[in-house]
Amino acid sequence: MRVGVVTFPGSLDDSDAARAVRLAGGEAVRLWHADADLHGVDAVVLPGGFSYGDYLRCGAIARFAPVMAPLVEAAQGGLPVLGICNGFQVLCESHLLPGALIRNDHRKFNCVDQELVVENASTAWTTGYSAGQRVVVPLKNGEGGYVADDATLDRLEGEGRVVVRYAGDNPNGSYRSIAGVANERGNVVGLMPHPEHAVEDLTGPGTDGLVFFTSVLKALVDA
Amino acid sequence: MARVVVDVMLKPEILDPQGKAVAQALPRLGFDGIAGVRQGKRFELELDGEVTEERLTQIRHAAETLLSNPVIEDYAVHVEEAR
Repeated sequence: MRVGVVTFPGSLDDSDAARAVRLAGGEAVRLWHADADLHGVDAVVLPGGFSYGDYLRCGAIARFAPVMAPLVEAAQGGLPVLGICNGFQVLCESHLLPGALIRNDHRKFNCVDQELVVENASTAWTTGYSAGQRVVVPLKNGEGGYVADDATLDRLEGEGRVVVRYAGDNPNGSYRSIAGVANERGNVVGLMPHPEHAVEDLTGPGTDGLVFFTSVLKALVDA
Repeated sequence: MARVVVDVMLKPEILDPQGKAVAQALPRLGFDGIAGVRQGKRFELELDGEVTEERLTQIRHAAETLLSNPVIEDYAVHVEEAR
């Protein structure tokens, strides 16, 4: 199974995301922001970083990169897409996911091993978890506060589209402690924490994050 | 040459941590009596030629697709008088 990883100018965690795909048993395909097509990949990861220097708003300029046009269309057609950190911001700016990310309420850059509760274990990226499972994944960002209006938040909760929630103290002021959400179909998932940094005992707090990548590979094989 | 200004502000219900930081700094410097601060963005668009209704429509479209994020921000467009 071929999983694309998009590199925008200013992407930071694209190599780690590609590595996580390989450790999970998939083939990582590097995609460039200026690509006109998706090279026939079976899923796509939008990695963390600071695309286009976070100018204007995080993800606002990346949204209009050439590769995003075929990506948005494919995502609407069911292609599994995972947005991590800056990738989550890009998915929100693209309106593939509802809401937006704003500056952390405490105004400081946050870098911690964060405990999360997996609330939805039926998306393309989370089937390897069980609902209610607690996992530890690094969280590192300055603009990770998830916001949306109350009606949207109620809808997300009602439809089970909150995928992961921060356990314990809210680390950044995200409304209802939301760390990640999915689209209606469950193929598009975005989250601020970094599962690709928790795929090996040597380099991370554990291997809890690897399940995002093994889940999508299994979903693709089963499809 | 004409100038069109687009002001972008966070919606009132969205927390503005930067504005809050500025609000906290002001009294420390002796600027009292300021009840709150909201920080926004101002874009000055220099046009080739005259402002027409058609171009203003285009600029409003740019304001709601790129310059602002309607999920969290409001925008206002106005034409700056020639100086």
